[in-house]
Amino acid sequence: MSLVTAAAMLSGIVLAPLLSGIINRTKALFAGRRGAPFLQPYHDLARLLRKHGVFSGTTTWIFRIAPVSVLACVLAAMVLAAPAGINRTWGFEGDLILFAYLLGLARFLTVSAALDTGSSFEGMGASREVLYSALAEPALLMGLAVLARVSGAMSLAGIYDGLGSTEWTSAGTAIPLVLVSFLIVLLAENSRIPFDDPNTHLELTMVHEVMVLDVSGPDFAAIGYGASLKLWLFGSLAVRLALTPSGLTGWAMLLAFIGGMMVLAVLVGIVESVTARLSLLRAPLLLAGAGALSVLAFVLASRFLG
Amino acid sequence: MSLILLSLLIFFAGGAAMSLLPGRSRVIPHLGPLTAAAAAIPGFVAAIVILGGGSPASVSLPWSIPSGSLSLAMDRLSALFAAPVLFVTALAAIYGWGYMRGHGGGGRSTARFWAFYNLLGGSMLLVVTAANALLFLVGWEVMALSSFFLVMHEHGEGSVRRAGWIYLVASHAGAACLLLLFSLLGKEGGTLEFAGMALPGGSGAADFAFLLALVGFGSKAGFVPLHVWLPEAHPAAPSNVSAVMSGVMIKTGIYGILRFLPCLGAPPEWWGWTLLAVGIASGIVGVLSALAQHDLKRLLAYHSVENIGIIAAGLGLGLLGISRDIPMMAFLGFAGGLLHMVNHAVFKSLLFMSAGAVARETATREIDNLGGLLRRMPRTGACFFTGSAAICGLPPMNGFVSELLIYLAALAGLTSGGSSLSPATAGLITAGGLALIGGLALACFTKAFGIVFLGEPRSRGAAAAGEVTAFMWVPASILAVTCLVLGLAGPLLLDVLRPVVADVCSALGYALPGAAPFLDGGGVLGPVSIAFAALIAGGLVLLGARRLLMRRRSGGPVPTWDCGFEEPAASMQYTASSFADPIVRLFGGLLRTRRTFSAPAGLFPQKASFSSETPDIYHEKLYRPAFRGLERFFSRFRVIQHGRVNLYILYIVAALVALLAWKLA
Repeated sequence: MSLVTAAAMLSGIVLAPLLSGIINRTKALFAGRRGAPFLQPYHDLARLLRKHGVFSGTTTWIFRIAPVSVLACVLAAMVLAAPAGINRTWGFEGDLILFAYLLGLARFLTVSAALDTGSSFEGMGASREVLYSALAEPALLMGLAVLARVSGAMSLAGIYDGLGSTEWTSAGTAIPLVLVSFLIVLLAENSRIPFDDPNTHLELTMVHEVMVLDVSGPDFAAIGYGASLKLWLFGSLAVRLALTPSGLTGWAMLLAFIGGMMVLAVLVGIVESVTARLSLLRAPLLLAGAGALSVLAFVLASRFLG
Repeated sequence: MSLILLSLLIFFAGGAAMSLLPGRSRVIPHLGPLTAAAAAIPGFVAAIVILGGGSPASVSLPWSIPSGSLSLAMDRLSALFAAPVLFVTALAAIYGWGYMRGHGGGGRSTARFWAFYNLLGGSMLLVVTAANALLFLVGWEVMALSSFFLVMHEHGEGSVRRAGWIYLVASHAGAACLLLLFSLLGKEGGTLEFAGMALPGGSGAADFAFLLALVGFGSKAGFVPLHVWLPEAHPAAPSNVSAVMSGVMIKTGIYGILRFLPCLGAPPEWWGWTLLAVGIASGIVGVLSALAQHDLKRLLAYHSVENIGIIAAGLGLGLLGISRDIPMMAFLGFAGGLLHMVNHAVFKSLLFMSAGAVARETATREIDNLGGLLRRMPRTGACFFTGSAAICGLPPMNGFVSELLIYLAALAGLTSGGSSLSPATAGLITAGGLALIGGLALACFTKAFGIVFLGEPRSRGAAAAGEVTAFMWVPASILAVTCLVLGLAGPLLLDVLRPVVADVCSALGYALPGAAPFLDGGGVLGPVSIAFAALIAGGLVLLGARRLLMRRRSGGPVPTWDCGFEEPAASMQYTASSFADPIVRLFGGLLRTRRTFSAPAGLFPQKASFSSETPDIYHEKLYRPAFRGLERFFSRFRVIQHGRVNLYILYIVAALVALLAWKLA
């Protein structure tokens, strides 16, 4: 493993919480407030790690193992995906499927832990989470399938390596469409506006936050850190794809990528500031739309690449 | 081969002994499961030896039936199906040892049960090893009838009788197609030995025979819309029988398709497309219908439809790979489908065993009446949890490995280049379809596991439940461990599958390349196994770190946070119906759920009720009207069926005379 590969993984592991700091700062700017420091998420994690845990008498071992197991899944996905696009030979054929299913396992554990509390609010959040992800998954995998077709590769690293400025222009608008689809999936999978409002204070309307109402202390730190890693992962899918025409690799790519992630965080902050949350019934339609975009991208790619 | 004959002998002799022993005999409840488990061992050993590289075995015994022969053969394909069949039959027999205590009358009824159970085991082995069409049909029919009687075990209940009849009709409609298929094949080839049966490829007759095989075998396997018997029969049957039927018996349908497709010449492209479309449709319809169910075993039955769909999609991709000459797609499609067949046998029987344990302890299968069982039945709960993760295709379980192979086949189609869009489109449909199926399966199994095993009990039965006996949880635990082991052993499995798939391909007239990166088990799945091991190790390290960190840092138990509500009650929990409702509504057009709702009224509302039911739409809209029409038609023939035996004998004599005259003329 080369140094830059390790740096790619570490940058994700270290910088992931910074994204929510940037998002919140952006939102504060739009709201005319000064906002919390960029490093606030790190302070929050450190504080949670020092606390005691409180456990409901209803819960079982599922509730206790879930938070750190979720973190293990997301970290594994990070190891798998972070060096792709920076190290050409990283990964293996089909690693994109493992990537998606590792996040699936994380979701399975989160949802099970939510149902373990027996709370109807957490059940509600869990129910919405599985609905959104059942629709986001096809959009994500069909998007990746289109990229596999355009690049002729079956691994994440191969896909980024096989896409260059020529593919961007020759495949019609297929790649930008996939990029939009990925951004929609990112917002849905990470419980951002317009799918979920991370700042709401009404349990009835939340999705992700309500699932973890009963988690506390270090377990809650694991959940929070896992969530920021997940945001980093989905962000990296989109940012890497957007950077493919640059043709950069290695350290230059890593720096450009980290810069891109910061821009993405600002973008998410702007989306959260200027749009309202969709009604729960409308959100699935947006996700179905993301899937439709992927299919459209496939049609375009097939038409232009022949 | 002698091992397989020994296996068959013990099965059938055991079945005969059960029915001959006096019904009150005390030994039957013990002898029954023991013979079934003992019978499975030699055959299982033989199958493993052949899969491990041993030479295929065959034997031919004299039989005095025209164009029938008692020829049995176990090649690699047979061995691949025989191994899970015997493994699950044996474990479910041990499970049944505990499960059948105090179930269904005892005495004669228990003797009958074990007689038919042994017959079912033997006939499944016969089906996958027969080398003659007539023998195959005999095995097929014994399998259908013995499983019918097993489904009807608790025939005191009207719903069980109804389910049994639906199953009987479905199996015989399928068998009728097979009779026609075999007569077509036998007429052209001049023999009913498998080796000689053939139709000229590319002919209309071959296409017709393909459709016959699809319907005949598909009705056993449970392809949509031929699946209607599964959600009826599996819940009605005792749980050890459900485990065998859903885990392995329905796979004989897949076996039949793979065994007889090569008789029909080189596969045209539309066969692969048909199998793929049927597979994806079965997957989506199966998982959506499962989501809408309240009955735990009915939910699992619909998941069999889903998984049979995934298997069919894999085989469809394999066929497309052959027609389009994409070796990677052909190999990985077949390998993925076949591996998923094995995996599904393991995790589905595991899930049915756990569900049976729940049903036995709580006396209900209604998910909305359960809850909190993980505390009361920790071993069963852990088994169900493992099975749920496996059936959702989550790492590091076996379900992921087979689904990954099918995804890879799809990616091979997508990246195949070439001027044709067909393989790429098939790849996109598979990727999107499998992702949707996977997402919905996750919703369904978090619902099943979460509502049944987590939270607080929703009924007195659930609150009073306790762990089942070791007879029941040990077989389930063995299957749970098998799920994990098969998940980690991906490279080895792919190496075992390679010759099987090569056999299937060469029987279909297609030669896989001698060496290619995708043929190397370690190359394709090695990184996955490493990733699984790393995931497990990382998870354990983090759990250890948490344990250290949380020492003396967790407070005493508190009530669940319910947003300031004073006394949270069990009835306030989210139910299975409410959990699944958003998805069920979103796909309402495919499900047609019936909801009855009486809203609370007035200032001091007294009563309110809500209930929902999702009957099988194909059963309601397709088969019921069709069978009603048939009934009306056939009732016209009632005039000749009047109960006078002397006239019936006259019919027989008249028919014989007519046949004789026809023969002489």
